[in-house]
Amino acid sequence: MTEETITLEIFRYRPEREEAPAFQAYEVPCRKDWVILDALNYIKDELDGSLSFRWSCRMGVCGSCGMMVNGTPVLTCGAFLSSYRPGPIRVEPLANFPVVRDLVILMTDFMEKLNRVHPWLIRHEEQPVSAGEYLQTPAQLAEYKPYSMCINCLLCYAACPVYGLEPTFIGPAAIALAQRYNLDSRDEGFRQRTDVLSQDDGIWECTFVGECSTVCPKGVDPAGAIQRYKLTAAVAWWKHFLLPWQRGT
Amino acid sequence: MKKTRDPFWWTFFSAGGTLSALCLPVLLLLFGLAIPLGWVEAPGYEALRARIASLPARLFLFVLITFSLLHWAHRFRFTLYDGLQLKHLETLILAFCYGGALAGSLLAGILLWQL
Amino acid sequence: MSHRPRYRRYQPRLYQRRMPIFWWVHRAAHIRFITRELTSVFVAFGALELLFLVRALGQGPAAYAAFLAWLQTPVALILNAVTVLMLLFHSLTWFNLAPRALVLHAGGRRIPDAAVRGLNYAAWVVVSAGLAGLLLAT
Repeated sequence: MTEETITLEIFRYRPEREEAPAFQAYEVPCRKDWVILDALNYIKDELDGSLSFRWSCRMGVCGSCGMMVNGTPVLTCGAFLSSYRPGPIRVEPLANFPVVRDLVILMTDFMEKLNRVHPWLIRHEEQPVSAGEYLQTPAQLAEYKPYSMCINCLLCYAACPVYGLEPTFIGPAAIALAQRYNLDSRDEGFRQRTDVLSQDDGIWECTFVGECSTVCPKGVDPAGAIQRYKLTAAVAWWKHFLLPWQRGT
Repeated sequence: MKKTRDPFWWTFFSAGGTLSALCLPVLLLLFGLAIPLGWVEAPGYEALRARIASLPARLFLFVLITFSLLHWAHRFRFTLYDGLQLKHLETLILAFCYGGALAGSLLAGILLWQL
Repeated sequence: MSHRPRYRRYQPRLYQRRMPIFWWVHRAAHIRFITRELTSVFVAFGALELLFLVRALGQGPAAYAAFLAWLQTPVALILNAVTVLMLLFHSLTWFNLAPRALVLHAGGRRIPDAAVRGLNYAAWVVVSAGLAGLLLAT
């Protein structure tokens, strides 16, 4: 009995050889326990060693194997071949990012934006070590925990039409991570982050398409984080506007 | 980079979204379908006028109409940006959307004042 | 003739993609999104109709009768049927998304999303019944 196979149509872009990208089809065994990443590794090992793609952990933690599969951004290590039967499966690099080669995208833009939202605990004054830990109740932890699950896989950016249209938009993951620290009881950096995020390219660009949350493999809900941020920022804006004598406090 | 006036407009967008979601379906169902199709009888002129001319009713209608128009202005502005990629016409779109909504609000104020 | 610089080893030559104008027609979720955004047009239309009702009431019984007669024309009926459907879609999407933006706390605990949604729907029922009662009471 011959083994069942499935066809992968893979986006190929080799800048040293061709001007424009093209799709190349490969036939791979459709094994029950194989995910798309296994099929890509099979192609690289057995069929065509020139195929380039990023991967590392194979278990949905490192966030480096995100690609567009049939037009939807997914982590290829968690997408089983069998659920795409009978195929063909179209594999492309993450949308909205420049392509370096084949399935590899340039993520410099995100790295710069992530840094801009100060994704770390900000204190007006650090407590001396002798004062002990910054204590936190389980309820305070629960406030920000969902947002801390982000693995920077950039699926949300690939799903976000606003980022595709307006590349200056800071984007879902960076804003969700800003919220992760804003909602942390130990943090005092809300104003600093809001100064960054209330600019033209910040939270107000988002139109709540909501696809970022749909594709997130970690259930982070960046769309919810952004709308929540808008509400808080709008209240802060009106306070600042109506109660000018309270400014600077 | 300059700070936007978006928090200001967004407040009216969301307040208008909530108010219109709560109030408009029943009002349009009554006046747009139920009354013209004869499912319910139209309120008489004097009775309806007296009810709408009361101060709380006039204030309510003014807020409802104004906020609904501002809700449209803000949402439609971004629909034009994203749906048709017209961000380069930003000034024109801002004038059309918010200007239109404010003109409608002014008209609502005048008509409700004169009632 | 291409003005793109030729490929040099170890120097990336990036391939940039662009979104098509009608990017929102290809996916059901995007069509739902654009429909949701376009409900705002019908919110504005509904508000303007109320404004015309106010104007008719201000002008006298004849104008009010003429307004009611206009509501019975086929154009007005079709327009209003679409408006009611779009307004219902607006209300449903608005109330369903509300808990994502509005996070409420009671007694140090976060109120579950379903409860926030339920409160919105309850308010919708009460307001609708109240407005209908006020308008139709004889």
